[in-house]
Amino acid sequence: MNRTIRCTVNGKKKELSVDIRQSLLEVLREELGLISVKQGCAAGECGACTVLIDNVPIDACLYLAVWADGRSIRTVEGESKNDKLSRVQQAFVDEGAVQCGICTPGFVMAATAFVEKHQGQKVTRNEIRRGLAGNLCRCTGYDTIITAVKKSLDEDFFCYDENSGGRRFRPA
Amino acid sequence: MAIGKSVKRIDAVAKVTGRARYTDDFFMPGILLAKYLRSTIAHGRVTKIDTRRAQRLPGVERVFTYKDIPQNKFATAGHPYSLEPEHKDVEDRLLLTRHVRYWGDEIAVVVAENNIVLQEALQLIDVSYEEYEPLVTPEASLTEGAREIHAGSNNIIGESQYAVGENIEKALASADVVLEGRYRTQMCQHCHIENHIAYAYMDDLEHIVVVSSTQIPHIARRIIGEALGLPWGRIRVIKPYIGGGFGAKQDVILEPMVAFLTLKLGGRPVKMDLSREECMIGTRVRHPFDVKMRTGVNKDGTLVALDIDALSNTGAYASHGHSVAGAAGAKSRALYPRAAIKYHARTVYTNIPAAGAMRAYGAPQIMYAVDCIIEEAAQRIGMDPVEFRLKNVARLGDFDPLTGKRFESCGLIECLQRGKALIGWDEKRAARPKKQTGPVRRGLGVACFSYASGTYPVCMEISGARIILNQDGSIHVQVGATEIGQGLDTIVAQMAAETLGVPFDRVHVVSTQDTDVAPFDTGAYASRQAYVASNAVFRAARELKAKILEHAGRVTGILGGELDISNGNIVHGNNPANNVVSLREVALDAYYDKDRGGQLTAEISYKTRTNAPTFGCTFVDLEVDVPLCKVNIKEIFNIHDSGVILHPVMAKGQVHGGVAMGIAAGLYEEMLIDTQTGYIYNNNFLDYKIPTTVDVPDIGCEFVETFEPTSGYGNKALGEPPIVSPPPAIRNAIWDATGVQINELPMTPHTLYKHFKKAGLL
Ligand code: FES
Ligand code: FES
Repeated sequence: MNRTIRCTVNGKKKELSVDIRQSLLEVLREELGLISVKQGCAAGECGACTVLIDNVPIDACLYLAVWADGRSIRTVEGESKNDKLSRVQQAFVDEGAVQCGICTPGFVMAATAFVEKHQGQKVTRNEIRRGLAGNLCRCTGYDTIITAVKKSLDEDFFCYDENSGGRRFRPA
Repeated sequence: MAIGKSVKRIDAVAKVTGRARYTDDFFMPGILLAKYLRSTIAHGRVTKIDTRRAQRLPGVERVFTYKDIPQNKFATAGHPYSLEPEHKDVEDRLLLTRHVRYWGDEIAVVVAENNIVLQEALQLIDVSYEEYEPLVTPEASLTEGAREIHAGSNNIIGESQYAVGENIEKALASADVVLEGRYRTQMCQHCHIENHIAYAYMDDLEHIVVVSSTQIPHIARRIIGEALGLPWGRIRVIKPYIGGGFGAKQDVILEPMVAFLTLKLGGRPVKMDLSREECMIGTRVRHPFDVKMRTGVNKDGTLVALDIDALSNTGAYASHGHSVAGAAGAKSRALYPRAAIKYHARTVYTNIPAAGAMRAYGAPQIMYAVDCIIEEAAQRIGMDPVEFRLKNVARLGDFDPLTGKRFESCGLIECLQRGKALIGWDEKRAARPKKQTGPVRRGLGVACFSYASGTYPVCMEISGARIILNQDGSIHVQVGATEIGQGLDTIVAQMAAETLGVPFDRVHVVSTQDTDVAPFDTGAYASRQAYVASNAVFRAARELKAKILEHAGRVTGILGGELDISNGNIVHGNNPANNVVSLREVALDAYYDKDRGGQLTAEISYKTRTNAPTFGCTFVDLEVDVPLCKVNIKEIFNIHDSGVILHPVMAKGQVHGGVAMGIAAGLYEEMLIDTQTGYIYNNNFLDYKIPTTVDVPDIGCEFVETFEPTSGYGNKALGEPPIVSPPPAIRNAIWDATGVQINELPMTPHTLYKHFKKAGLL
């Protein structure tokens, strides 16, 4: 059975007829061609499919497309404007936080939500870790991803490492 | 100059914007989907299979069973074809099987319009089995009279040994102290975030096109041909961006099946996309090892002998089979080259998921055992463990005792010294009490490793590069080596830019490998690519540069080898600031002049016939909460000698990723198997825990840069090695903290509880 939903995707209004059994991941990829939304598990375990729904990071694989009716969805395709990368995207590039890249779009979206929420606040590396614990990456060991998120927050933001008694060592 | 600089990774923008296309991101209208029917027993035989109900379901295209497939047995391991019969991979697979060898074995395949129909159809297939006892452990499969998992194998797939130095028994007898130990490692899975996926179609009556997430497109092409009994030239394999592999995609898993399906279905496109659950049990895992060791040492700290006896469990099918145990022993020889070493290994079949290549290919298993007993030896003679290693590890001037090849570069001593300083080894040991008692105890640990930069001389090492001067003076590079996330494309661009004398951003590397057009290379494995590709890229760039300068001579009239290329311009060799003519002008002339020139290209296929050992170590400072049986890493450092570091940021990225995997393998990752049934309990990320952001501490990483003369740019292997030494370093630190030796992996709270209890700590 199909149902019509209206939502905003990356700032554009969309009217879509969706199978009520379809996940938002399937609709974004197959109907709208938003291939940044990756599938790593289809079970809410890996975060590769993270999109922002009304600015909250959500696993699109677990979210039925019909639930998106009336909501605003952001994917990584909408984050760079006029070929200029967003602050978070740029930080991922600069810090070497990208390897195979399959987790990257989901991570960028989760990080974007985190950065928007904590802009101007004092945040530790461990707080960043806790904020991004829903996204898996098998390549990077997360070090550079955390550094990229740190960099995306305000310049004068204060960062120390709780584990090593205030000493930061060797971010890449 | 591009080598050694952290230039912008060339695929980073494509990846952060979501524009990079992976196998699942190419849509074909009308593509059919296929899924395996997997066995629900671990060992047995299908006595009856009825697919009629599934076949009748609307939306089902076809159902194939083991009765419908070609009877060509094939090997799946991603090795080069071997001209030597004794090095041929074991051919023990068919596309589908009647004889079930592990829980989840592939007995039928359904092709349907969409996933929903596919799932329903799978449930409509009726299967009856004759069940055999699952032989889950090597002990069970080696028992007298145990049923053969593969006929004629005796459940042993391979056995090998080597010995170097003095006779091992004599050496042991001559040593002041002899120690024995037994060490066990677990079954892990790669857990690349992109599952295995491939699709195939035909664009004429003859040729099959396979698009796949593979590390080894050229090898995949051959194996598809072998599996289907088709000439290899009729197969074309395309590898787009891939979402991680770690060895699981150095194996041919879905490609022959999708090729078979499209062939049977009139060339229509057919895709197989494994679920996470299937990927974890139905692709490849790491071989569990059971290693018995003996070592002899003298009181003065000389390591006299190492006797290593490994039993490797390859599971249901050969895949890389005994090669893993063989290579693991060979790669460790370079670590203690002055000791007498005997290495014996045996690999057995059991009814567990098939083991294949996984990051560092057996070295983590063997090095764990070696580093455990080395630690025990140091303690026994009362020598500082770092001093003991410093006294015995490889130095410049040593040579591989088996091949006689001298180490051209070796910075292991410096790595150990650097790590010792970074972690504050002496200060911390001096500052703490002799015997710790409280619930939370602190420990320091060290471990070191050697690894190789490829597979030579067991396999041949070939790499191909084609470099083209474009019409506008920019450069295109094609290599057969594959980008799998490690950054290969970027370093190839750096190499070409360096040798050609053009700015890095003028070089474009074609990332996709297409076996119809890409130069031949066997792909991403054995940490080989930067090493062997450097030799091809260097030579191709040198040749193209000579051609460009020759043509520039014609254009400018300046002959006699006076010209050079600098920063993308043709300059006087003795005056690089003086631009004579731009590369663009030379290119335009070469392409479009009516009388002279042509397309300026160079293509090199180069066989590397050296194999540089690469080295490193881990230092860890950790806390053990004894009542909670929990380990908390305070500081961890990996220090590597990988020759010249081509790109410091990406090199650190390899180390971070490898150390994170190593910590997880040391402390918690394990596929849990029901020993009665062979069922895997944790075939998903909820139950099989890979590290999340909160599980990985900050990882310190440094390089001791040496220069390796056998590679194009002084570089050696780095991709796999960082995973090797963290588990034994952690084990040694736990021992240091608690006085308890844990000789099995992973060292979960569960395992620690068992050992702490036995030691009377709890
Ligand atoms: S695909 Fe959605 S969480 Fe893994
Ligand atoms: S970059 Fe490969 S999974 Fe994160």
